[in-house]
Amino acid sequence: MTDRSVAFVRTETLPELPPPPNAAGPTKWIKDNLFATPANSVLTVLAILAIYLILSGALPWMLNGIWTSPSLAVCREILDGTTGACFAVLTERWNQLLFGFQYPTDLYWRPGLAFTLLFFAAAPVLFFDLPRKLLIFTALYPFIAYWLIWGGSIFGPLLALVSIAAGVVFYQKFVTQSFALGFFGGVVTFFVVLTIGGYIIPDTEITEGAMRSVPSRDLGGFMLNMMLGVTCVSLSLPIGIALALGRQSSMPIIKYVCVIFIEFVRGVPLITLLFVANVMLGYFFPPGSGVDLFLRVVIMITMFSAAYIAEVIRGGLAALPKGQYEAGDSLGLDYAQSMRLIILPQALKISIPGIVNVSVGLFKDTTLVSVISMFDLVGMIRGPILASIEWQGVYWELFGFAALLFFVTCYGISQYSQWLERRLATDHR
Amino acid sequence: MTSITDPPQGSSFRLSMLINDTRYRSYTFQAIAFIVLALAIGYLINNLFTNLAAQGLDIDFSFLGAPAGYDINQRLIEYTSQSTNLQAAIVGVLNTLLVSFLACVTATVFGVLAGVLRLSNNWLVRKLMAIYVEIFRNIPVLIWVLIIFTIMIAVLPGPREFRGDDASASMFLGISAFTNRGVYIPLPFFERGFGGGMDLLMVIAVLVGSFFGARAVTARATRIQEATGDRPATLLTNLAIWFGPLIAVFVIFGLSFEIPELKGFNFAGGIKVGGPLIAIWFALSIYTGAFIAENVRAGIQAVSKGQTEAAGALGIRPRRIMSLVVLPQALRVIIPPLISNYLNITKNSSLAILVGYADVTATLGGITLNQTGRAIECILLLMLFYLTISLLISAVINVYNNAIKLKER
Repeated sequence: MTDRSVAFVRTETLPELPPPPNAAGPTKWIKDNLFATPANSVLTVLAILAIYLILSGALPWMLNGIWTSPSLAVCREILDGTTGACFAVLTERWNQLLFGFQYPTDLYWRPGLAFTLLFFAAAPVLFFDLPRKLLIFTALYPFIAYWLIWGGSIFGPLLALVSIAAGVVFYQKFVTQSFALGFFGGVVTFFVVLTIGGYIIPDTEITEGAMRSVPSRDLGGFMLNMMLGVTCVSLSLPIGIALALGRQSSMPIIKYVCVIFIEFVRGVPLITLLFVANVMLGYFFPPGSGVDLFLRVVIMITMFSAAYIAEVIRGGLAALPKGQYEAGDSLGLDYAQSMRLIILPQALKISIPGIVNVSVGLFKDTTLVSVISMFDLVGMIRGPILASIEWQGVYWELFGFAALLFFVTCYGISQYSQWLERRLATDHR
Repeated sequence: MTSITDPPQGSSFRLSMLINDTRYRSYTFQAIAFIVLALAIGYLINNLFTNLAAQGLDIDFSFLGAPAGYDINQRLIEYTSQSTNLQAAIVGVLNTLLVSFLACVTATVFGVLAGVLRLSNNWLVRKLMAIYVEIFRNIPVLIWVLIIFTIMIAVLPGPREFRGDDASASMFLGISAFTNRGVYIPLPFFERGFGGGMDLLMVIAVLVGSFFGARAVTARATRIQEATGDRPATLLTNLAIWFGPLIAVFVIFGLSFEIPELKGFNFAGGIKVGGPLIAIWFALSIYTGAFIAENVRAGIQAVSKGQTEAAGALGIRPRRIMSLVVLPQALRVIIPPLISNYLNITKNSSLAILVGYADVTATLGGITLNQTGRAIECILLLMLFYLTISLLISAVINVYNNAIKLKER
């Protein structure tokens, strides 16, 4: 059967040869990714040059850093003319950077503990695989943290806790009948219990076992940024949801009140709102109430972030197909029920990336309080530390440290949000 | 025939229908909400006037006409310390607009560059740009302003270091000086011109003329292309129209530059750009540039690959695919967030108060407020200014969105 007219016929397949050296492995990768075209090669060279310039400037400075020294002058003596950072300012002023310069030194453990507990409180909210029982601790956390940081009588936070618990119990009991009854009844219960409690508890300014009280103006450092960020974001979420629902409402008065509020707050810079908190807001409280600056700043920043969160949630509400709203109506649910059970769970899920963006932006913006002479991290650096005789002129170490702290926090939050988005993705794409 | 949802005819209105009937319930809610709101606002305003009266204050805008009594370094219009507070505020407004405009332009340049490079085939450049975007987005703009201001005042040499034979600093290319008191750049002027303002107007007029000329040439090319199918080359004609008249004006009126030089303890001549202006300008540019880079990347990625492939299948050349197919669709996604980033730049320019740049927050909301003690009036005016700007910009966004909306027929 063999055809003799053909001199040679290969009857078996050749073994596969490895690709030539310049079309495989690292060589190929470099050729494809770094030197694909002449223009690309130029870009690569420029990029390497830029990296070299940055590293050659920064690395010796960082690696040669001095970590223990009482002042910049001593630092320069040790360095003796060579390049090197003076990180000693961070070790020397560590506590000031974190807690401000007025917080009592012997009480640093209290905010430290509150900060550690924050992780335990946040964990069940952030990772919903954890047992739901842990949420009880999350609910208790604001009161514990308040008591730890400000100190004073335990009866204050305890009373607030009991009042809120009473309000929640009332709400749970009556929400099945009517949302309005449950909600407003809960609010009324809260105030009733709070007032009664206020009469029952005697003036306990100094009681046995109470922790030493720290006034708000003594707070400072990165702690202040954390406190403002966490408080304002958590307070602004419910307000933002209410504003977003209000803006979508079919009732013109409610709708336009919400629109005006949102557009007004979004139209002005946060600095002007902080000016309001600093010099103007005090006039709007009843004479002699003396609301302190921290609370006024919290009010203004909460308003600010609530307006932005409202816009994000409005986007989420608008993105839901109309069929979802109609489905709620056709099931016979009233407005509150269809919102709570059908619309908001989906709309909030869509809004998560936006809400996280707003929160990160807000956390960064808490540094603005240094403009109205509150001593947050940036305020501490610009004020007491750079103005002190020992550390005048230590710019890069301090700004670098502040930048690093914010970068780690904000980058971490945005990575978490991306993880959550993947986790919650229920559609198939 | 009536549907069953129609209310029974003739039934009279009962009070309980205000709660139970969906037709009337919304009126009840709104009435309650309105009353509560009015009471709350009335309470706050009552507090305000009680407090003001207790401190012997009132609300009065006449301080705007009084002499301001302070100097402003950076100013675009005539201003002395004897000018009124209102004029100080206007100087501040112009400074805010100036730094916002400059920062918008440079932020767009940085952002577009970084956004396009993030999609580059080059691995190293891609990663570098990702690092740039992440670093600048995740660190507060306030810290960037301070860092760049520190570079301006603490790292750049003082004017005296330019002096003498063994000067430790030298002028950049011999024409610009970067000092810790500001950056001095050459000042262009006409030797046979009519004087500052007129010359500028003339150059602008020539540029506007060139713009319309170039547009006419492009329109003619499109007409010829539609009639015959061949597009005449317009590149050279357009270049000539853009640069010809301009160069002619420069030659006729004798363009020359005033180079800054060291006189006494400081530089004189040329244009001085103050350190604070550069700090706030550059910080806002690189910070917002990182955000714009993300918008640009998202916009380009939003154009599906099928569009590029379809254009390729039609035989369009790669460069024209970019300009005719991809960019028009990407711009639809890019421009609305871009404009809202411009709005953010304008609002963030209020950080200028930190570095001593005299924007409206620093003049009206800073020195004037502190000197006159008119906190409420100053802050209200300040908010009104920013509100006007942002409402104008939102109006622009809305007009643009309506113009580019997909027309469904």
